[in-house]
Amino acid sequence: MTDLNTTGAAPGPRKKTSLMVQDARTKKRNAAEKRFRLYGVLAIGIAVLALVTLLASVLINGSSAFRQTFITMDIYLDPAKLDKKGTGAIEDIAKVSTFGYAPLIQQAFETVFEKDNIGVEGMTPKTAAELISPEGSAQLRRYVLANPEEIGDTVSFDFLAGGRIDGYFKGRVTMASAELDSNVTPEQLQLADQLKDAGVLRTKFNWDFLTNADASENRPEAAGLGVAIIGSLYMMMVVLVLALPIGVAASIYLEEFAPKNRWTDIIEVNIANLAAVPSIVFGILGLAIFINFAGLPKSAPIVGGLVLTLMTLPTIIIATRASLKSVPPSIRSAALGIGASKMQTVFHHVLPLALPGILTGTILGLAQALGETAPLLLIGMVAFVRDFPGAPPEGLFDPAAALPVQVYNWTQRADPAFVERAQGAIITLLVFLLIMNTVAIILRRRFERRW
Amino acid sequence: MEDMYHMDRAMTGTQDIKISARDVNVYYGEKHAIKNVSVEIADKTVTAFIGPSGCGKSTFLRCINRMNDTIDIARVTGNILIDGEDITDPRVDPVQLRAKVGMVFQKPNPFPKSIYDNVAYGPKIHGMSRNKTDLDEIVERALRRGAIWEEVKDRLHEPGTGLSGGQQQRLCIARAVATEPEVLLMDEPCSALDPIATAQVEELIDELRQNYSVVIVTHSMQQAARVSQKTAFFHLGDMVEYGETDKIFTNPEDPRTESYISGRIG
Ligand SMILES: Nc1ncnc2c1ncn2[C@@H]1O[C@H](COP(=O)(O)OP(=O)(O)OP(=O)(O)O)[C@@H](O)[C@H]1O
Ligand SMILES: [Mg+2]
Repeated sequence: MTDLNTTGAAPGPRKKTSLMVQDARTKKRNAAEKRFRLYGVLAIGIAVLALVTLLASVLINGSSAFRQTFITMDIYLDPAKLDKKGTGAIEDIAKVSTFGYAPLIQQAFETVFEKDNIGVEGMTPKTAAELISPEGSAQLRRYVLANPEEIGDTVSFDFLAGGRIDGYFKGRVTMASAELDSNVTPEQLQLADQLKDAGVLRTKFNWDFLTNADASENRPEAAGLGVAIIGSLYMMMVVLVLALPIGVAASIYLEEFAPKNRWTDIIEVNIANLAAVPSIVFGILGLAIFINFAGLPKSAPIVGGLVLTLMTLPTIIIATRASLKSVPPSIRSAALGIGASKMQTVFHHVLPLALPGILTGTILGLAQALGETAPLLLIGMVAFVRDFPGAPPEGLFDPAAALPVQVYNWTQRADPAFVERAQGAIITLLVFLLIMNTVAIILRRRFERRW
Repeated sequence: MEDMYHMDRAMTGTQDIKISARDVNVYYGEKHAIKNVSVEIADKTVTAFIGPSGCGKSTFLRCINRMNDTIDIARVTGNILIDGEDITDPRVDPVQLRAKVGMVFQKPNPFPKSIYDNVAYGPKIHGMSRNKTDLDEIVERALRRGAIWEEVKDRLHEPGTGLSGGQQQRLCIARAVATEPEVLLMDEPCSALDPIATAQVEELIDELRQNYSVVIVTHSMQQAARVSQKTAFFHLGDMVEYGETDKIFTNPEDPRTESYISGRIG
């Protein structure tokens, strides 16, 4: 590319030339530079295009996961059905199973049909009630068990519409596909349209997507990221609490205190190699050590956190050592020269200057850990978990999911509604990563000092 | 003023010995950087080290506060006595030693902290003040002795790195004297300074001589002649000649000293 090898100009007095005309060599050099710039712009163009396509596809497909179709109904909490003995005792009410609540919803549909004068030929309230997610009865039952005194009243509920109905309003399900689908009929879709016109059915923002637990195969509309978010948060906590102090202490020791000999060289090389070990290897290690040997529970954030800590440590150590190295040695001599001990020198002068780099490295390491999937699959974080883990520290030992694993999990399921949710989970994951990177930048700006 | 100056000079001959180095050798790995140097440095005197670049002046200076300990490959043999105590003894904690032997470096190296914190740091870690007022006093005194108080008294809480090069160097001198050392080592303190700042620092060195033993490395013959009472000439790791400054500059014994001073080697 460069013209170093063509400088063999003939010796002798230089010919007199005008600066107003470019000579051949200058022209050639300028052309080469122009070409190089073009390559650069092209490379950046391709990178930006790839990024935009990726983000756009995720956003377009996933943003609908944050909106959900709801059907609002007034339910008469019929004492004849819920409290047959009329005792009002909670044990008796609890005996009524989820199935026992289905008639209440059918009843409500009947009322709607009469009041708003809608309905589709040949549709019974029973088939109409299928518009509502199976989650609906469960929701009713939970409410009644929490508020038994309201039996006999009429209460307004926002029910989740079934996955197919929701898909209809998001364009995933059409009349034609409903013909072939055993889960939904075109008549039900017609009814849904009518309900929408009557204002009973609405599509609105769905916080439950972020707070609900995962749901079973046949009710994607109820599935949420709550357990996965908490699981990921717990793991990040474990990683931060373990990897930051261990990593920083190790780096400070290696960089500032350790004698420079063969042993420290070996350690150095190994840390660099550790950073390049495929993450799944850490998963196998975690399975063997933390679960099989130490007997920690499977699917628990503590194990996930420990595995991710092992994985993040080299990243943090390398970043910390680099930022310690970048502190000018004159600062160290200055402190040592007025009688500060080695430790005082490091903690009063070197560490504060290295802090922005350490924090950035740590957060980037955490971000990497947050998105890590493979090792978590091996330690059982892929299990279906419906119960929220408890508060830490005990909660760290309860089963939980993790965000990236939840994405993987949902893409494996049959119902296409889960694909939408997986994309929504990716958006959530990206938002978390974006927040972490922003924090890293802000910290960097805040702590950065010139010297 | 003039009279006092001459009186001081005349007195140097009768001064106590502050630092006494015996057969000091320094090796950087295989390289023999200081060869069998023995020298006696008097108290309340300015001693100048001169010599061509790379001859080992800084290396020898670093022996006196054991800063060579911080260089992995450096190895020092021989004895250096300060007030009769051997500082190369393993029982001596270099940290404690460096509180007693201050150092000013060739390149100004203030901490990236406020001017106040720069000066207060040493007294703080050595527990020299009981309260804030004490510390304020120490800082002011040090900055005055560093001949920089007037320039910075209104901006004590601005970063020390925001000062000009010459001001930074005087700040570093103030920082070094704030811990009340008994010996002050200065490695080319004026190499980054303009003539005005140099004059200020030289004046300061002359003042410091009242209380300290000052050892200064310099490349400027004029400076050595102006500020020092004793001069040592180093060449390729050897200390070739050591004696009264006047004598070294007017009537050197060794031909190497003569040719260096007259500008023929260097
Ligand atoms: N940290 C070090 N590692 C290896 N060799 C060193 C080191 N410091 C100094 N030396 C070597 O020791 C010799 C003396 O160096 P020193 O810095 O003491 O010279 P100097 O007289 O102060 O020179 P200058 O006037 O240029 O500052 C030089 O040859 C140098 O290469
Ligand atoms: Mg030097």
